[in-house]
Amino acid sequence: MLAYIIRRVLYAMPILIGINLLTFALFFVVNTPDDMARMQLGQKRVTPEAIQKWKAERGYDKPLLWNEQAAGADKITRTIFFEKSIKLFVFDFGRAEDNRDIANEIRVRMWPSLALAIPAFLVGLAVNITFALGMAFFRASYLDLWGVVLCVAMMSVSALFYIIGGQYLVAKLWHLVPISGYQSGLEAAKFVVLPVLIGVISGLGSGSRWYRTLFLEEMGKDYVRTARAKGLAESVVLFRHVLQNAMIPILTGVVAVIPLLFMGSLISESFFGIPGLGSYTIDAIQAQDFAVVRAMVYMGSVLYIVGLLLTDISYTLVDPRVRFA
Amino acid sequence: MGILPVALWTDMLIWLLLSAITVFVWYCSRHAHLAAPWARVFRSRAALASAVFLAAYLMIGLCDSLHYRQALPTVDTRSPVAYAVEVRSLLDAALSALRERNERTYSAPLATRLHQKELIEKPDGSSSRDYPRLRHGGAHLANEDAWGEDIAWHLFAGLVASIALWGLLVAAMRYSFARRWPEIPWGAAYAALACMLALAGPLAALAVNYHVLGTDKIGQDVLYQALKSIRTSMVIGTLTTLVLLPVGIAAGIMAGYFRGWVDDAIQYFYTTLNSIPGVLLIAASVLMVQVFVDSHPDLFPTAAQRADFRLLMLCAILGAIGWTGLARLLRGETLKLVELEYIQAAHAFGVPDARILLRHILPNVSHIVIIALVMDFSGLVLAEAVLSYVGVGVDPTTISFGTMINAARLEMAREPMVWWALATAFTFMFVLVLAANLFADAVRDGFDPRVRM
Repeated sequence: MLAYIIRRVLYAMPILIGINLLTFALFFVVNTPDDMARMQLGQKRVTPEAIQKWKAERGYDKPLLWNEQAAGADKITRTIFFEKSIKLFVFDFGRAEDNRDIANEIRVRMWPSLALAIPAFLVGLAVNITFALGMAFFRASYLDLWGVVLCVAMMSVSALFYIIGGQYLVAKLWHLVPISGYQSGLEAAKFVVLPVLIGVISGLGSGSRWYRTLFLEEMGKDYVRTARAKGLAESVVLFRHVLQNAMIPILTGVVAVIPLLFMGSLISESFFGIPGLGSYTIDAIQAQDFAVVRAMVYMGSVLYIVGLLLTDISYTLVDPRVRFA
Repeated sequence: MGILPVALWTDMLIWLLLSAITVFVWYCSRHAHLAAPWARVFRSRAALASAVFLAAYLMIGLCDSLHYRQALPTVDTRSPVAYAVEVRSLLDAALSALRERNERTYSAPLATRLHQKELIEKPDGSSSRDYPRLRHGGAHLANEDAWGEDIAWHLFAGLVASIALWGLLVAAMRYSFARRWPEIPWGAAYAALACMLALAGPLAALAVNYHVLGTDKIGQDVLYQALKSIRTSMVIGTLTTLVLLPVGIAAGIMAGYFRGWVDDAIQYFYTTLNSIPGVLLIAASVLMVQVFVDSHPDLFPTAAQRADFRLLMLCAILGAIGWTGLARLLRGETLKLVELEYIQAAHAFGVPDARILLRHILPNVSHIVIIALVMDFSGLVLAEAVLSYVGVGVDPTTISFGTMINAARLEMAREPMVWWALATAFTFMFVLVLAANLFADAVRDGFDPRVRM
């Protein structure tokens, strides 16, 4: 078991290195720091001195991979690759355009993101499973058919519509909650309730349809027939036997998403003015703050890999075949 | 006046794709085993009805994919002809009435007056603040009291025209397609056509004299923008697959067929690519494209070409990121196929690997490719809107559902609210995505061998 986990962790290392190289290539090789400087400073009134100054302030004035001028080990360490990419491994992200420490910013902004993402995730999961169970229980009836039709229709609506429509209806027309903003502590609840609700609704279509497929697949298996042959009521078969067995694919699928909750939701955070990591990322993209975007790309990838690891581990917990292999 | 045809990159690729699809359809229709799944798809009423809507969208998109530059009028016949800088499409020409009749700013759907009060000079010299009459919307009405009557009359005329057109089209279909394929439930297609024409006819009739869906901040007709957005969605939904397809297929079947280190390398590559959250990778790539465009202004002489390049690069980026899903599916299927006897037999006969891959593996995984392509389309259309909102989508000058929503979003706070641009964009997008989703479901059911058993 432990050997298995260690093997998976070791397997994740080359992926992490690959991501690091990919972001390095994307941010420094495709376009030179000069291009970035010119874009940040604006096309007009750009002097070579201004570009040099911009690069020096951010440490982009060094060579990419190999510093000829430096001596000894500095030949490698005093390069963009070492200072910007290698340091990502130890979560040293450097500073943003406004000269704030990115790592610190991430630590502060993580909490509002989680305050929104965790309730949305849990409520969403519960609602999706309930809907899917309902459809599976009434399978091949008109209720099931119209449920699926409703799911497809809900999937076809843009996520932006749910946000804009919900914000208009609940906050502007009915004045139930503030339109946007955030406060820490318990006060956060009234700001978070609408984004959570909208998040749940916008995920309902695809989520419950997917879980319905899982349940129906499970219901075609032999043990279900045995349970029915024993004379168990259909509701007992569904809620006791099928649900428990279907939880295995559901939970292992869900585990992969949990670490990514830290990243927050890009769109709903920026619509509702919640100062989390999602809105941080959007602001950085719109302000073309390359350091922040690079940090967030790396953070997101690390969390994804953590999710993969957790998935592997959760498989070993629920499936003995993996544990003893 | 002369015209100078302009071939934008996306235009060429769209027509290339269309001709490839035409060849594919022709090839399928000649082979019974290839035509059978499609026959199953079209036996579904939902699929047939959505196909009608998709075809209508496709026609509009294609009309919008033939670009030209108008010759400027010259005084001297001997001087060389100069062409306008503005690149127009066939659709622009057809909708020139809608495109040119701009108001000053917002006006509600079918309104005769502007959405906000302005200072109006009266003939007697005094001035007052009132809603001024629109320059074009309902300008033919001498008396505004006749508005209701006029609208009703336009509606009636539009409906009559659509009924006539519907009759013609249905008659044409009955005597052509319906004779050739009698087993297909054509009634669903006729009903869908009736629905569509019942909406389109009155819209078109009213659009002659009114802004049916209102105007936006700079007074542009919203209906025109919605129709123009269709092409952008279509380009993103289809051209992305053009990038994704070769990479995904090659990586997937090679990983499954050769196994060993090839499989390891390809798996490593797609896990790495998959690890980076999609939106962020797209954002980073688009930022880099932006930097490239900004630092090479000489490569893009017109604004249309710049916008087109960005659209193309967006498709390329989405494709370069999106191939992993297809590759994974194909790898799994190929792993299963390689164990089958007919592949073993091919090995025994000494058939070269390349030939086995192309002749024996590829045709047998093609159903997965088709299902994946059709399923991807709706997701890409929805993604465009979100990406454009984030600021990493299409160029801000390109008309798309995303840019429409983004522009209209800021007007939510205005009293009374400007809702028509948002409603139009969401409705057009909803119809497109719903049709695509329903069609994709039918394709999956028709092609998936598990469903047949």
